[in-house]
Amino acid sequence: MSNHDLILSVPAPARPWRERLGSAVPLLVLGPSLVASLVYVFVFTGWTLYISLSNSSLLPSYDFVGLENYASLWANRRWNIAYNNLFLFSGFYIVGSMAVGLLLAILIDQRVRGEAVWRTIFLYPLAVSFIVTGTVWSWLYNPTDGIQAMVRGLGWTNFSFALASDRHHAIYAVIITGVWQSSGFAMALFLAGLRSVDSDLVKAAQIDGASTFRIYRKVLLPTIAPIFLAVAVIQIQFAIKTFDLVAALTKGGPGISTTFPAIYVYDLMFQRGQIGEGAAAAIMMLAALAVVLVPYSFWVVWRRRKEAGHG
Amino acid sequence: MSTLTIRSLRKNYGTVEVLKGIDLEAQNGEFVALVGPSGCGKSTLLAMIAGLETVTSGEIRIDGRLVNAVAPKDRDIAMVFQSYALYPTMTVRENITFGMESRRVPKPQQDEAVKRVAAFLQIEPLLGRKPGQLSGGQRQRVAMGRALVRDPKLFLFDEPLSNLDAKLRVDMRTEIKKLHHRVGKTTVYVTHDQVEAMTLASRIAVMHQGSVQQFDEPAMIYNRPANMFVAGFMGSPAMNFLPAELGEEGGRPTVALSTADGKTVGLPIVQTLPSDTPRQLVLGIRPEHIYRFDPDLQRRKPGIAQIDAMVELVEPTGAETMAVLRLGAKEITGRFDPDSTPRMGETVTLGIDMARACLFDPTTQRLI
Amino acid sequence: MVDAALDRSLDHRAATVTARRHLLTRLVIYGLLVVFAAIYLVPLLVVVLNSFRDQQEIARNGLISLPRSFRLEAWSQAWSTYCIGGTCEGMQRNFYNSLKMTIPATIISTTVGAMNGYILSKWRFKGSEALFTLMLLGVFIPGQISLMPWAFILGNLGLSNSTYGLIVIHVIQGISFTTLFCRNYYVSIPDDLIKAARIDGAGFWRIFRKIILPLSSPILIVTVIWQFTGIWNEYLFGVVFTSGQQQPITAALVALTASGTNVRAYDVMSAAVLIGALPPLLIYLFGGKYFVRGLTQGAIK
Ligand SMILES: Nc1ncnc2c1ncn2[C@@H]1O[C@H](COP(=O)(O)OP(=O)(O)O)[C@@H](O)[C@H]1O
Ligand SMILES: [Mg+2]
Repeated sequence: MSNHDLILSVPAPARPWRERLGSAVPLLVLGPSLVASLVYVFVFTGWTLYISLSNSSLLPSYDFVGLENYASLWANRRWNIAYNNLFLFSGFYIVGSMAVGLLLAILIDQRVRGEAVWRTIFLYPLAVSFIVTGTVWSWLYNPTDGIQAMVRGLGWTNFSFALASDRHHAIYAVIITGVWQSSGFAMALFLAGLRSVDSDLVKAAQIDGASTFRIYRKVLLPTIAPIFLAVAVIQIQFAIKTFDLVAALTKGGPGISTTFPAIYVYDLMFQRGQIGEGAAAAIMMLAALAVVLVPYSFWVVWRRRKEAGHG
Repeated sequence: MSTLTIRSLRKNYGTVEVLKGIDLEAQNGEFVALVGPSGCGKSTLLAMIAGLETVTSGEIRIDGRLVNAVAPKDRDIAMVFQSYALYPTMTVRENITFGMESRRVPKPQQDEAVKRVAAFLQIEPLLGRKPGQLSGGQRQRVAMGRALVRDPKLFLFDEPLSNLDAKLRVDMRTEIKKLHHRVGKTTVYVTHDQVEAMTLASRIAVMHQGSVQQFDEPAMIYNRPANMFVAGFMGSPAMNFLPAELGEEGGRPTVALSTADGKTVGLPIVQTLPSDTPRQLVLGIRPEHIYRFDPDLQRRKPGIAQIDAMVELVEPTGAETMAVLRLGAKEITGRFDPDSTPRMGETVTLGIDMARACLFDPTTQRLI
Repeated sequence: MVDAALDRSLDHRAATVTARRHLLTRLVIYGLLVVFAAIYLVPLLVVVLNSFRDQQEIARNGLISLPRSFRLEAWSQAWSTYCIGGTCEGMQRNFYNSLKMTIPATIISTTVGAMNGYILSKWRFKGSEALFTLMLLGVFIPGQISLMPWAFILGNLGLSNSTYGLIVIHVIQGISFTTLFCRNYYVSIPDDLIKAARIDGAGFWRIFRKIILPLSSPILIVTVIWQFTGIWNEYLFGVVFTSGQQQPITAALVALTASGTNVRAYDVMSAAVLIGALPPLLIYLFGGKYFVRGLTQGAIK
């Protein structure tokens, strides 16, 4: 075969202006959504921050009043309860759903039969809204119709389960429901993490005579440590933004015992017409999120640097 | 007719200078190998020739035409990647025709070309398969087919064999050499494997830390390495470097080495030295230029010098045997015929072929 | 001989002990799984059963009991005749509102995310990494921060109390997520493919269509499911920016369950809850497997 046989076509001469346009295409495509996102992130946040420093009430106004709104916010007992609830809820919700999720993941990881079925059962709540979950669980918590009624109906007549209607314990009803909803998600991520660990590692540990328990504690779980953090960060965001779960489950009650910042913002802005103070409450939510996310993102960057350094 | 000329080419990533003024050329039909340790900038240089990376400064010319700002598709090049870069969702046939479709080559012509290239590389039975269903060697062939079908001015290969196992690599190396003979296209071939470079190339550019250390024919690179880096990089086992001093015996210059028993032995220098030769030297000897001394050898090779050494370790490989020898404070490697291998622990008299030795200036590291 | 026999019987004993312990472990594992499965399934079961039970019977026997009646009326009531705050049209209008909102918002945000991810991973330019990081912040902003700005913007665009307004919100909110998902996935596609295609003469769009898109189904499934369920299930924006007949189904559900007079119509509410939960549930049942796989493949990194 001579090399001429392979000749097919001669490329057309380059047209510079078209090329220059071509190289701008990515920017032109990215541009609009980029601008929209940046406006969403920065302008919206700045705007709300500004309103939180103004004397806006029913309508936005731009008279600067400094930290007045924040002061009156923190002077309010209901807000303090809400902020405390947020930390209480976040802590238990995250630890709870990670613990249950990890347990389920480890159980499923024991080469059980019908793995797909178990996974589907534990994960389906993820597809359901907090509204639906909250509504249904509010029925189950209802002493006259729900779990308490059922158990009493079975003959245990002084059984008592009225978590959601007791102002000291209603927050735990919210936590349990939240854990029910999202432990499946944690399970899925943990399971995927466990599966991604190099199986030679487990074999090596088995040859070293380690028990299953030790293999998990010393080999598998440390290896998937980054997943713990990722799950925690995702859950924290759910926790802080959660408005729907409480709205459907307890409406912040009984009394004000399950008020959350998210509910409080809504009330201030749209029920009581105190936009400035509502904006201040929203900024405080952002602050709570930042307390968690800023160190996390530094950690991520640090880890990436370290990895790059080793690579 | 297609040539490649590169003049003082530079590449910076931010403040990091990755290529520091590269000069290189390939004549029509020439096979140029770029060889060097990983990270020295070979791939970057190749990507710049392909137009995939921008040029910081300098010139790239293909057939004399300045192509610095020309898009990859208009440079009339074809490239084979280390990862093969076969489009995973397309069949082998679609992989091969993708470029022609991009250039709107009429369908009948495409079929014709696929048929020809497939026959040429004997990949007809694979045309309907996806890359995931191919073995490493088959993928490699398909990748070459995709390059070949373009019939470019310039072939670029970026470590095309390094993902293959040892045996297949040797086979494919032979195939590439045959292919180049048949197609006769100008080729730039990147590799970190000096054997590949030696066997394939008509000229080799040895790169290190972003600059070309030496650009020459394989024999010159091997026998007259421009500096200690080239000398050490090309050849396996590597060239032995022995610190030495310039001496004199009977009116002839020698390199003076200290031996195991603390004495100094002068080895006569065969080449004529320039007047500014430093007193401190580095003597470079390739393992295959170290023999077991016998008078017969000296008769055959006039440049042989004698020196005693202790045998520390013997590593037979079958065809030949490597021995680690202690010479004063240094260990050197010698390559011996299995029949005349020294035994471990023995003290042998070595014959060193000074006609093939290289002398380096330890401060500049350059060949004297 | 004797020793060997003894050894063997000891071995045998040890083997039975191990086997028994193994059996016990399996029992514990399956026992725990069954208990947890019950906890996860009972609420669903309760709602499904109650949606077919007679309200009288529910009132008599409580929510959690075996059904002794079967009727479909609750479903048709919940769908088309039940009264929420004065209008007696059931959930159907809100269901359609949610569909009209969710489908376009999902499609648009996914498309934009795929394009952005493609550009930010394969057509990087100076500063693109920084821009991506800034865009990412959108993932973390709580919706409450954007309530006032959205109220103002929607008002000015004349999109208050309309499904279109919600579409705008969900698209802009969603872009951060979809971009993140797609970019992280596309980063794992080797750059050499793009280089090879450029040498082959393919440009920006052709590379996307012919090389990236055919490889994208795992991440597109993740993104679509994430966006669809997220938008369908969203409540805050729905309740803030729409009212009455314009509300999406989540807001209507809350209104419906809150509108209970003294007797709670658990049968109709159960059916309504199921109507509201069904679309994401179906999507999840069909695509859940790919969702988890894709999520762990690329999205969470
Ligand atoms: N996009 C980039 N940004 C910064 N540095 C790079 C980039 N690409 C390559 N480099 C650096 O340039 C040097 C040369 O890389 P490369 O050409 O891939 O080396 P080789 O192919 O010889 O192994 C390496 O040190 C590498 O870290
Ligand atoms: Mg390379």
